[in-house]
Amino acid sequence: MSAVVSSGATPQEKVSFSLWQLALRRFKKNRLGVVGFWILAVMYFIALFAGFFAPYAIETQHYQSPLQPPQPIHIVHEGGLRLPFTYPMNVTRDPVTFEKNYAEDKTNPQTIKLFAKGEEYNLLGFKTNLHLFGIENGFYFPLGTDKLGRCLFSRMVVGSQVSLTVGIIGILISFSIGILMGGISGYYGGWIDMLIQRITEVLMSFPRLPILLALSYVIPANWPSTYVYLGIVAVLAFIGWAGLARVVRGLVLSAKSVDYTQAAKALGASDLRIILRHIVPNLTSYLIVTASLAIPGYILGESALSFLGLGVKEPMTSWGILLAEVREGGFGVLTRTPWLLIPGGMIILSVLAFNFFGDALRDAADTQTRN
Amino acid sequence: MLTFLLKRSLGILPTLLVVSFISFWVIQLQPTSFIDTYLEDPRFSPETVERLKIQYGLDQPVMVQYFNWLWGIITRFDLGYSFVNNRPVTSLIGEYLWWTIEVAGLSLIFSWLIAIPLGIFTAVRKNGLVDSVASFFGYIGLAIPDFLLGLLLFSLILGFGGTNVGGLFSNEFIDAPWSWAKFWDHLNHLWPAILVFGLNHIASLQRQMRASLLDVLNQDYVRTARSKGLAERIVTYRHAVRNALNPLVSSAGFSLSELVSGTLIGAVVMNLPTLGPFMYSSLLAKDQYVVMSILLLSAFMLMIGNLLADIGLAAVDPRIRYD
Repeated sequence: MSAVVSSGATPQEKVSFSLWQLALRRFKKNRLGVVGFWILAVMYFIALFAGFFAPYAIETQHYQSPLQPPQPIHIVHEGGLRLPFTYPMNVTRDPVTFEKNYAEDKTNPQTIKLFAKGEEYNLLGFKTNLHLFGIENGFYFPLGTDKLGRCLFSRMVVGSQVSLTVGIIGILISFSIGILMGGISGYYGGWIDMLIQRITEVLMSFPRLPILLALSYVIPANWPSTYVYLGIVAVLAFIGWAGLARVVRGLVLSAKSVDYTQAAKALGASDLRIILRHIVPNLTSYLIVTASLAIPGYILGESALSFLGLGVKEPMTSWGILLAEVREGGFGVLTRTPWLLIPGGMIILSVLAFNFFGDALRDAADTQTRN
Repeated sequence: MLTFLLKRSLGILPTLLVVSFISFWVIQLQPTSFIDTYLEDPRFSPETVERLKIQYGLDQPVMVQYFNWLWGIITRFDLGYSFVNNRPVTSLIGEYLWWTIEVAGLSLIFSWLIAIPLGIFTAVRKNGLVDSVASFFGYIGLAIPDFLLGLLLFSLILGFGGTNVGGLFSNEFIDAPWSWAKFWDHLNHLWPAILVFGLNHIASLQRQMRASLLDVLNQDYVRTARSKGLAERIVTYRHAVRNALNPLVSSAGFSLSELVSGTLIGAVVMNLPTLGPFMYSSLLAKDQYVVMSILLLSAFMLMIGNLLADIGLAAVDPRIRYD
């Protein structure tokens, strides 16, 4: 409908904007929201081409360098400027504690090459060995390694595929159920409304985390990791739809009594047409905003489950799993192996970005309060 | 009011019944049970395992087991038997419940003491420096998982040479009788937990308070109060804050249950003797009656929280009347 308005406007008249264009304008004014959007765009882009951005495969164990600290990038070698390079790490053992100590080998600079050849991997169905960066001799671990000597940066990049998609897929599932249930409940009323309302009531009377834990423990431990992943998403979505169904029901109830819906009904429009053409368009902005604000809950939920060992499992990896390794190492992490906490930073960053983005969307979609 | 109370309380019962069934059913879905693990133990003959099953009623059909459990709860407040601890669940949960309520209650008080004044201040000085800083930290507070916060805090404490990490007592005090030294030790273990749970809660509470007060400050009666020539201080605290607090006061019961179950993972990391970690360890040990009971109990607490919220709302806001 809005498209008709804007295309019908003659050029010499004042240009009129559709609702979506107005919302986009308001959104662009919110700087934090735009920043959030770009952070997310970059994160999802990297997740999509994770194999390319990760220098090594996530399961490759570099036995010679477990728990190696991150290798800094330098540009000055022996007083002279060079292309960005890194020094390999030399291992020495403390004679008393037998702890491994890493020190940079300042005599052997290794230039970091862009588009370097490395391990072969599968990129969107194609086999290739091209990586964004790498060095020719030895190994370069930008964020250090874990206790098995696996590259933390690679694991984090590949792990983002799990952590970032859990929210999207989870929302798709829970919104489909929520909208369907809420829509049926609000539109048809009667006994089916009663039934659905009771179901949502029961679901909502369980606190989220305990029931999440109990349900995720149902997933058999001997399933392949992709099934476990889907199972976790399903569990998260199953908990999430009830609240949405309630709100959708309320919105449908109010949209049902509006004059244009009544008019459509009087004209003999079918139920499906009324729902799809007259009711759903009124809900879209609300649903988009709710979705973007609900995704952080899924990201946090997945990381929490994986952290406890009830979520996604090896050989898959996620930010939660990476943090679980920190927990195994005890509380001395901040002094001994602080780089292992970086995946936690990614969780915070992605949730922050979603919150910024969602808040800005909500303000942009809000047509009631205008400044 | 009394009829409303009665109606709402009775309304909980059918939901609670369904909740109890789901709690039971979720556990029945688990791939293995505790008794099954005996089968792998060479010290137990299959006959012994069979006898144990009969003793605990686990040989009966699932529905019979469920009704036995339910009947025990209704008639004797008997939540079942913990196989791991060899004790009735009810007395076990009683112990954990006490610490749970202590930690959650103190966290609630702590977060209120910080968040309400902060919320008022940021609403009155909207878009000021404090407001920006608070909203920045608020965003972070909402984004940082409690388990990560707990981990960081404990690493920090250890880094500064502290030893008060994990649990609510040092080892030597766990079974000792109460004394000042034990109390002091307890406080030392308590504050990190309260800080971690409180900080997460402050973030959302401060935002609510700010939004609520801003709403009220825009209303006509506040303008009237100002135009009467009342001092700004009186307008804010006597007229606006009182009403702005209503939705928050009424949701305190709800936040308490949130502080009990929402902090489960943080509590696991901090090794607190509260219900969440107890449920987690029992889940891993397949101690089914404990898990079922804690699920049921936490749902019950949430419902009571909602009920208290409704009652609280009716109590503080004379405009709301339920019939």
